[in-house]
Amino acid sequence: MNTIVYLIFRRMRRPLLTLLIVYSVSILGLVLIPGQDASGNPWRMDFFHAFYFVSFMSTTIGFGEIPYEFTDAQRLWVSLSMYAGVIAWLYAIGTILTLVQDKTFQDAIAEHRFARRIRGQRQPFYLICGYGETGSALVRGLTDVGQHVVVIERDAQRANMIKLENLRDYVPTLHGDAQKPLHLQEAGLESPCCEAVVAVTNDNEANLKIAISSKLLHPSIKVICRADSADVEKNMASFGTDHIIDPYETFATYLSTALRVPCLYLMQRWLIGHIGDCRLADPVYPPKSQHWVVCGYGRFGKAVHQRLVEEGIEVRVVEARPDLTGEPRHGVILGRGTEADTLLQADIETAGGLIAGTDNDANNLSIVVTARDLNPNLFIVLRQNQSDNGSIIDAVKADMVMHPSRIIADRIRMLLGTPMLHRFITQAYHRDNDWSCELVSRISAIVGRCVPELEEVSIDEYHAEAVTDALGEGEHIRIGDLLHDSWQRDRQIRCIVLLLQRGEEEILLPGPETGVQPGDRLLVCAGRGGLRRLYWNMQNAGILSYVRTGEVRTHGWLWSKLFRNGSGNGH
Amino acid sequence: MNPEKVVFGFFIVLSLTLNFGFFVGELDNPEHHNVYELFAVLVVNLIATILKFGDRSQMGAVLLATSLVAILQLLAAALVWTVAIHITGTGLTPEITASIVSLSGGAMLANVISVILLIIETVMLRR
Repeated sequence: MNTIVYLIFRRMRRPLLTLLIVYSVSILGLVLIPGQDASGNPWRMDFFHAFYFVSFMSTTIGFGEIPYEFTDAQRLWVSLSMYAGVIAWLYAIGTILTLVQDKTFQDAIAEHRFARRIRGQRQPFYLICGYGETGSALVRGLTDVGQHVVVIERDAQRANMIKLENLRDYVPTLHGDAQKPLHLQEAGLESPCCEAVVAVTNDNEANLKIAISSKLLHPSIKVICRADSADVEKNMASFGTDHIIDPYETFATYLSTALRVPCLYLMQRWLIGHIGDCRLADPVYPPKSQHWVVCGYGRFGKAVHQRLVEEGIEVRVVEARPDLTGEPRHGVILGRGTEADTLLQADIETAGGLIAGTDNDANNLSIVVTARDLNPNLFIVLRQNQSDNGSIIDAVKADMVMHPSRIIADRIRMLLGTPMLHRFITQAYHRDNDWSCELVSRISAIVGRCVPELEEVSIDEYHAEAVTDALGEGEHIRIGDLLHDSWQRDRQIRCIVLLLQRGEEEILLPGPETGVQPGDRLLVCAGRGGLRRLYWNMQNAGILSYVRTGEVRTHGWLWSKLFRNGSGNGH
Repeated sequence: MNPEKVVFGFFIVLSLTLNFGFFVGELDNPEHHNVYELFAVLVVNLIATILKFGDRSQMGAVLLATSLVAILQLLAAALVWTVAIHITGTGLTPEITASIVSLSGGAMLANVISVILLIIETVMLRR
């Protein structure tokens, strides 16, 4: 606010001075010039009347001559004063109008409005720096599930685009450079409601700078960063950045999950899907017995190459510029992979899988089409570099698509919304494939073809009043009790508890006999309406006692009073 | 040399000198206090105040405050004068004159503070 006031005053100095001088000279002139009263006696105007007359003179010309008709000398002076006054007023009003249209002024007002909005924010929010492909996917994903976000974007056009996105929630956007701590502060970094800072600009250095500023200014805050190189990653980790996301490493982990535990990979894709999407992904089974061909040995190629080798798979690498990218121990096949020759050199006809991983979408598509001609049964992993190419990438129907922005956005959404899912997947990775497949079929049974709802449920007074009350009376409540249907007790509601967290302890897929305690957190995966039923069971004492014991108990004040009185009087 | 400082210094000192000129004389004798002088003090003080608009420095803010005080006192004096002459018609009795002049005396005190602040600022700059 201060900036705006100062800006106005500073600009208004000159017009105000002009007005003041014109007014005082006019007033003084009127006081000094002799006039006469109605009967012709000499008379001089005093300051009071002069001020009154000059005040209405320039704005309402023709109001009349007061208190007596003017002499010609006075009229001459007034006509000069009128012109001077009108010009001074036009100058002042013109300056105000210019100021209102001024870019600096408008920016100052926008910044002030933004800051006021953030100060008034009373609900937890996430601060997202950078509104590129990743940022926009993330903002949409988070607002769709009712989270609040604040965005800082350097590019004015991109920042304005948010208004056109038709998001569910209003997203305050600051057009500014998130590398400047001042802008982070204005965007609410130090606010107690700010839960996490997400740095997803396309510039590694900028992300690093944001991470440092955030950790210094608000040490307890969660910081999630995108990083594309190992150097920057190490640097970020050195000052305690909570999560560093490298899209290539992340995808390589997915690939090794798909190779080792295909069902877990499928489950993971279902669980981090967008709510409301009713086209659940199909399982993929990457072949492990034949060799794979990797086209492009950049950051992505290196990451997947390493994972494939770890799984004991033979890999042939095709790379056009090994002098720039370096090469693996067993050498590379020179070429881009877009022509049949190089692919044949890599024995594409007998290969099991192909990874089209160059940084050019056209080349990647060309590689896939050429390779399919030579070997139609290939398992295809396609790297998508630009969102705009989505439709042609989909048309190729690759088995796995690696889209950096989407991978980062999905992962951050998971880390922010349901961090327990991250722990669940880490634990499940060490179980065998059959365990995952069984769970996948259970999930499939409750959700049908739609993406399951996923929520972290706390056993506390706010979310589960009835449960904490019952536990406080020393009763024992098992997870299985909570999952009965409150309409028909012998039926189950559509919920699966994936993980139970109790302090440091974690129980993977707790059975129905597992007891709950106050302060527990449950990761619940639910079909349609499942979560609502679960909350009913946990919040209403009457319903809770029914689903636990099958008895209907009345809790109404009037009813229990009548009932007690009735029995007490012996009627 | 900063022309802004010269202009402001000129007006603030001028408003003090004019104010003093209006103030001196017998407190309750209207003959000793000229209406033109009060007008001049008011105008010059207004100019000095506007010159301090939008000054973000600490000194600028304090100078703006003292000038505003002076303006307030002078406006009150002018208002008393107008009411006495035109509205109640009592004229410049000794009591009225005394109250006008003492109000302008208050304004003079504010102007003195402004000038002292100005001198302090100048001395600090020299170092």
